[in-house]
Amino acid sequence: MVPLSYYLLLSAVLFSIGAVGVLIRRNVLIMFMSIELMLNAVNLSFVAFSRFLDSLEGQVFVFLVMAVAAAEVAVGLAIIICIFRNKATVNVDEINLMKG
Amino acid sequence: MLDYIWLVPFLPLFGFVINGLVGARLPRRVVGIIACGTVGLAFLISLTAFFVLPDQPVPDKVLYSWIKVGDFKADFAFQIDPLSIIMILIVSGVAFVIHIYSIGYMHDDPGYSRYFAYLNLFVCAMLLLVLANNFLMMYIGWEGVGLCSYLLIGFWYERKSAADAGKKAFIVTRIGDFGFALGIMLIFKTFGTIDISEVMHLAQGRFEVGAPILTAITLLLFLGAVGKSAQIPLYVWLPDAMEGPTPVSALIHAATMVTAGVYMIARCNVLYSLSPTSLMLVAIIGCATAIYAASIGLVQNDIKRVLAYSTISQLGYMFMACGVGAFAAGIFHLMTHAFFKALLFMGAGSVIHALAGEMDIRHMGGLKRYMPTTYKTFLIAALAIGGIFPFAGFFSKDEILWRAFEQNYILWAIGVITAAMTSFYIFRLVFKTFAGESRVEKEKLVHVHESPRVMTVPLVILGVMSVIGGLAGVAKAFPLLGMSRFFSEKLNILRFLEPVTGGHHAEVGEAVGLERWLMLASLLIALLGIYIAYQFYVRNPQLPKRLARRLGRAYNFVLNKYKVDELYDFIFVNPAKRFSVFLWRIWDDRIIDGIVNGVAGFFKVCGLIGRRVQTGYVQTYILLIIIGAVIIIWYCL
Repeated sequence: MVPLSYYLLLSAVLFSIGAVGVLIRRNVLIMFMSIELMLNAVNLSFVAFSRFLDSLEGQVFVFLVMAVAAAEVAVGLAIIICIFRNKATVNVDEINLMKG
Repeated sequence: MLDYIWLVPFLPLFGFVINGLVGARLPRRVVGIIACGTVGLAFLISLTAFFVLPDQPVPDKVLYSWIKVGDFKADFAFQIDPLSIIMILIVSGVAFVIHIYSIGYMHDDPGYSRYFAYLNLFVCAMLLLVLANNFLMMYIGWEGVGLCSYLLIGFWYERKSAADAGKKAFIVTRIGDFGFALGIMLIFKTFGTIDISEVMHLAQGRFEVGAPILTAITLLLFLGAVGKSAQIPLYVWLPDAMEGPTPVSALIHAATMVTAGVYMIARCNVLYSLSPTSLMLVAIIGCATAIYAASIGLVQNDIKRVLAYSTISQLGYMFMACGVGAFAAGIFHLMTHAFFKALLFMGAGSVIHALAGEMDIRHMGGLKRYMPTTYKTFLIAALAIGGIFPFAGFFSKDEILWRAFEQNYILWAIGVITAAMTSFYIFRLVFKTFAGESRVEKEKLVHVHESPRVMTVPLVILGVMSVIGGLAGVAKAFPLLGMSRFFSEKLNILRFLEPVTGGHHAEVGEAVGLERWLMLASLLIALLGIYIAYQFYVRNPQLPKRLARRLGRAYNFVLNKYKVDELYDFIFVNPAKRFSVFLWRIWDDRIIDGIVNGVAGFFKVCGLIGRRVQTGYVQTYILLIIIGAVIIIWYCL
């Protein structure tokens, strides 16, 4: 059997990569992909727990998370397209209107 | 009637309030009437009090119970006894005469009402001082006269020398005031009360002669007197005080304020009699000051400066009198001095007024034909201060010298030499100003005129007082045959003051002959002084110049007042100034302002650092959120 900790470690690593990606990348689409990566990392850890605790609740929750992720991506991409129509760029630094 | 004694200081106060508040809008006539009227009324009340004063002690008149904290009690209360009566008579009388004179002297001055307001305030403060029944009230009066002196010396404040002189007077007398205040505190600590009569009573009961605490108290009080009455070493303000209007010099710096120190010592004579060490110091300083100031007065060329040094010298005589235990004689000399010194100053003022501001006697001369009244009264005053019989100064100075002789030959000898110097310098003044040929500048000579009656009548009044004033203190030994008995028993100031100052019980027969010889000696010495002055300034005018050249360096040294002002500048004034500049530039500007601005700057820096949190950079915010979440989860686990 593959120990639980391996799954959790993988999930953590994926989550961190996603987090760092959100923080570092400047391209909005890449940032979205990183967010998806984070969500999926969490999904992985839910499923791992569901397997090891012999409970279906984890998998049900994964469904929920995926639905939310899909909705969020739809809305988010719609916003990005609107911004792109106005600013003609996907570079996050350039669409920052805050001063300082 | 004595119940109304409180009116005596409060009438001039009322005059001050009126003239001070609305005087500028009143016509000059009214201002003058209010000012002189209040002082005149005060004088009349004092006169009445004098005549109704009973032989037994009168209870103090309490106006208002001011402070009562635990054991400490100080009331607005007045003490009515021979000494205070004499003082209020002198103060209000001479002040009244000088007020009248001022109406003429200050006629053209724009600050007319301000002048009379200050002058009235001064008279009020001085009367409070002499009538006070406790030391705190006396201190109030003391400070009040100091304040008015400052205001009046610097009356023409736009002139820097006048403003500086006012400051100097106030600061130097402050040193003395500090001693006085410490003395009062020590009195309270020792006796538990600051009521004067209680203190005197307790002192006699509790302490024996020479008790150290009494010596300490009397020395501290004497420090106050040294400042206010311009003795060595705190006399330096008085010559500079001549920057003020001449009537001010006459009233404050001749007749009244400077005599406050003498009054204080006479009032506390019980304490001083119990401290022989202090008494000796008083006598020595008085004597030394007398001869020292006289020596400076010999060579000064400014008419008012000569009179200023003369005042310092005569005050020395008064302190010397107190120092040998002759407190009443000191007060007697205070009285006669008030008359003739005020007269001398007012006469000088008359001359200055006529010569449109000239004060240098080298540019005067021959004025006696233009100003006969001024000349005659000035001459009378000069004879009085010189101690020539039968004028006032003879009797008072003689009394002092006789009592000094009984105590210590050296004091007497120095006193006699000073008397010779006194008559010399005063007649130098008389001859150089009024006699001989005129050295007045041509333009000024055209306008020379006798002063108006409002100025000459006061001169005459004081002249009369300078002549008859001595009769108040005719010694028993004086060879006036039958009359002497009347004068020395009925009309005698020394006996009048006995309840306060204690008697010197020299009955007739005791050393009368010796006293008569001494009287003759002092008279001859004074006449010698006049004779020498006559030789120097009338018969042989080249003589003083030749002597001055022969004594070159010494002459200049004395002319420059022994460079004492320069010495004080070096030791005290310049270091104080440097310290002040240090406090200003470095302490105040750099350190204090630095701290205040630094606090503000600190917050500014904090703000600058804190600002960097708001990057506007969303990723930073997300990072911080993640870090925060991690820390919280870590903490919870």
